[in-house]
Amino acid sequence: MSALVTAATTTEKVGDPVINIAIFAAFVLVTLVIVLRASRNNRTAADYYAAGRSFTGPQNGTAIAGDYLSAASFLGICGAIAVNGYDGFLYSIGFLVAWLVALLLVAELLRNTGRFTMADVLSFRLKERPVRMAAALSTLAVVFFYLLAQMAGAGGLVALLLGIEGIAGQGVVIAVVGALMILYVLVGGMKGTTWVQIIKAVLLIAGAGVMTVWVLAKFGFNLSDVLQGAVDKAGEGGEALLGPGKQYGATPTSQLNFLSLALALVLGTAGLPHVLMRFYTVPTAKEARRSVVWAIWLIGIFYLFTLVLGYGAAALVGPDVIKAAPGGVNSAAPLLAFQLGGTVLLGIISAVAFATILAVVAGLTITAATSFAHDIYASVIKRGQVKPDGEVRVARITVIVIGILAIIGGIFANGQNVAFLVALAFAVAASANLPTILYSLFWKRFNTSGALWSMYGGLISCLVLITFSPVVSGKVDPATGKSLSMIRDTSIDFAIVPLENPGLITIPLAFVLGIVGTLLSKEKPHPEKFAEMEVRSLTGAGAEKATVH
Amino acid sequence: MTDTVGEFETDYQRVQRSEEFQALRRRFRNFVFPMTALFLVWYFVYVLLANYAHEFMSTKVWGNINVGLLFGLGQFVSTFAITMIYARWANDRQDAVAERLRRHIEEGTVDGGELV
Repeated sequence: MSALVTAATTTEKVGDPVINIAIFAAFVLVTLVIVLRASRNNRTAADYYAAGRSFTGPQNGTAIAGDYLSAASFLGICGAIAVNGYDGFLYSIGFLVAWLVALLLVAELLRNTGRFTMADVLSFRLKERPVRMAAALSTLAVVFFYLLAQMAGAGGLVALLLGIEGIAGQGVVIAVVGALMILYVLVGGMKGTTWVQIIKAVLLIAGAGVMTVWVLAKFGFNLSDVLQGAVDKAGEGGEALLGPGKQYGATPTSQLNFLSLALALVLGTAGLPHVLMRFYTVPTAKEARRSVVWAIWLIGIFYLFTLVLGYGAAALVGPDVIKAAPGGVNSAAPLLAFQLGGTVLLGIISAVAFATILAVVAGLTITAATSFAHDIYASVIKRGQVKPDGEVRVARITVIVIGILAIIGGIFANGQNVAFLVALAFAVAASANLPTILYSLFWKRFNTSGALWSMYGGLISCLVLITFSPVVSGKVDPATGKSLSMIRDTSIDFAIVPLENPGLITIPLAFVLGIVGTLLSKEKPHPEKFAEMEVRSLTGAGAEKATVH
Repeated sequence: MTDTVGEFETDYQRVQRSEEFQALRRRFRNFVFPMTALFLVWYFVYVLLANYAHEFMSTKVWGNINVGLLFGLGQFVSTFAITMIYARWANDRQDAVAERLRRHIEEGTVDGGELV
């Protein structure tokens, strides 16, 4: 990293920070006005947590795309394809196919049986307080990992886009991003957050679309020629960009890592709490279905764009220049924008990247606040004896607390190697959340004990395996002798688990624990509760209605 | 709506037992479970090939377009296709039945017999 920074200071400054900041400020201004207008009707819990359930399917689908396409998927995947070629593309496929799990098995049934959080569905027929506590803890864990990764990424982005090199200056920008996010969520609630995500998704997909057409036009609209350009630019060994294996194919361990990642990606999405919560913002299950259909098209088309952009960046900018730029591989898309459209396009793409962080962070924060206020405060602590506006007040306080924690965490994590946190968030979502959601929707015999075994087992096994994995300690770059782990001291090495992503072990484990825990428990089954859940989940009877203002 | 406990059935249990609901449930499960198995198997075939069959995936088909790229794009095509097939199927086959059952339950017109 320090080598990159020194290389960066010697390279010529790209773009004009003033233009980047101006375009971003315009985005903030427009979204703030919309958020303020949207916040007029934030009276009840359903308004604050679920935007009054009044968004249409296409609106919510666009917001889902805005929530899901984080800076990691835009900058990260473009960069991964530019530098590692085909292996970067593998990432995006897992992220996309995962949506079929949400579409077929989760979205509609969840909308029909829950109110605000994942725990609503679980507590339908299981013992309420223990399962709410467990679900809230795993929600908070997933959100925390995801949030920290986004905020830490913001620091790197600042260096790249605004030309702010000092740690203190970057800290100020992280604090500004955090404060803006608190403002959006505090004032706008789910409605404001959703509009920020919609606007961001439109800008991001349109921006990527323009760049994609631009790149293709430069190569006579022939994808094969774009690939040839990437191979030529890379020089010797450039052919390796076209096939799989450049990044993950090196050793049997790295292949196993990839397999683990692929499993966590495909099963994690439908267990991500901030994704699940979006299904409650529409009036009916049918609209939830339309949301996912829209989300799949938008996300899929966007990932197709990133394929062209990644190879385009490799062809027009070159992997060596990208790796040497401030921000490293993450700079592929901005550098390509500069190459194509100069300062203005770079400014637009930079502003979009910032908007991306803001929108994703806002979505995560409202999810965590809802989970804490609705599941832990109202149900576990107050045992349901709380007025709805009291619950929303707690949610708002939680937003401020989480916002401040995110800012502090972001400043401390700045420059740290925390890229594994997103993968970890997916692994926890796939192990701690998805098995319980599926069992509770589809398996009649499933009970509280099974849910607790599966959720705590999935969560704890993920945390333990990651702690003793090479991402925390003991991974050394053989070429430079520098540490690639979170703990930089290469003499500390307690990595005894070779896997960098725990999913391959923890996901099957959590599924098995759910079965074992269920079968070992003497808890009496509640056929009448399961009947109600099953009938409601498939027919929508008694589902929460949209609020009318 | 009355929720009776003990030996009596709740309204939801009566609906659950009804022929119309059972048919709805059967159709749903017969559609989504095989479809889920299908796309997961297809996804993991792809992942395993990309992970362990580098030579095969790097075989050029046309220009620089190789087998791996076609397989990858195939995942996009299959995802879009399953999405459209499911949405159309659910709209055409399931929604009307679900809606009729929902109205029956919410209006409290559920009786022990057939739901017509």
